[in-house]
Amino acid sequence: MSEPRLVEVRRNVLKQNDVIARSLREQFREAGVFVVSLVSSPGSGKTTFLEKTLTLLQPQYRVAALVGDLATENDAVRLARSKAPVKQITTGTLCHLEAAMVQNALSDWDLHQLDFLFIENVGNLVCPSSYDLGESLRLVLMSVTEGEDKPLKYPTIFNSADVAVITKNELAAAVEFDWETARKSIESVRPGMKIFRLSAKTGEGMTEYLEFLGQQLRERRSVVLR
Amino acid sequence: MHELSIAMGIVDAAMDEARQRGVQVSAVHLRLGALSGVVKDALLFCYEVACQDTPLAGSRLIVEDVPVVVFCSRCNDTRVLGSVQSFSCPECNTPTMDVRKGKELEVFALEVEE
Repeated sequence: MSEPRLVEVRRNVLKQNDVIARSLREQFREAGVFVVSLVSSPGSGKTTFLEKTLTLLQPQYRVAALVGDLATENDAVRLARSKAPVKQITTGTLCHLEAAMVQNALSDWDLHQLDFLFIENVGNLVCPSSYDLGESLRLVLMSVTEGEDKPLKYPTIFNSADVAVITKNELAAAVEFDWETARKSIESVRPGMKIFRLSAKTGEGMTEYLEFLGQQLRERRSVVLR
Repeated sequence: MHELSIAMGIVDAAMDEARQRGVQVSAVHLRLGALSGVVKDALLFCYEVACQDTPLAGSRLIVEDVPVVVFCSRCNDTRVLGSVQSFSCPECNTPTMDVRKGKELEVFALEVEE
């Protein structure tokens, strides 16, 4: 048998996902919908935060959500209380959403009828970082109960995100949350990252974050129109 | 744990290249960036599983780690980050998000037998 020889190839392992994500991004841009994906640990309050976001945006904007969950439809049921269109993507044993799942879930939705689309990823701070979903903005959520060093423990996902939201601020005093340490942790793994500190439960700090989203949508549309 | 689906993607890509060239693959060389979100040890373990019952069964996965390389605007040069926990220039400490390398997840060579 001949000696093994080395042949050069060039294959991006995630190419298939990236190609679909690119086409989704183009579709979103063309429809003028601003797409926000949410990543966080399990239990950080993603669903409560999203329910509040949908409810508060609704008087002014047309909003909808896709929700990734391993096995249940509980999140979609909770989010449906906001009266916004919500669709569940049950991933089975898969720990993250992929662009193809988003594409399939959206196949019968008219994106032109939307201002904002939220995509709630599976609760996981590791796996979702590798998969582009075509989103306009990736938002990473952490709660004050998770500890200030969370960003240092999961630098890849924080680095891949555009905005950080620290929630459950109503519990900050009880858990002696050190805001400055948390801010430094985020700044270290993602310099210049925009950070919102809020409570989805009491509504504190939500206004600033919602205004930011509105601003992003307006900027996006002015770019498209130009 | 998404390394199994990544490993299956690697096997698919390598099989596809091998089929086109009409060769047997004995090893797959992969560039793995520190920001790829993939854990090397888990990937190596999953690779064996993903190869089972495919023409790549028994082949090896050889991983080349790629550190994060950033561009520092103050030094006007690229710098290798010591850690993904600190996105600052290791020379002058200026924060930077201008990532030039480190997100790779790429099969770049195959060891083949005719």
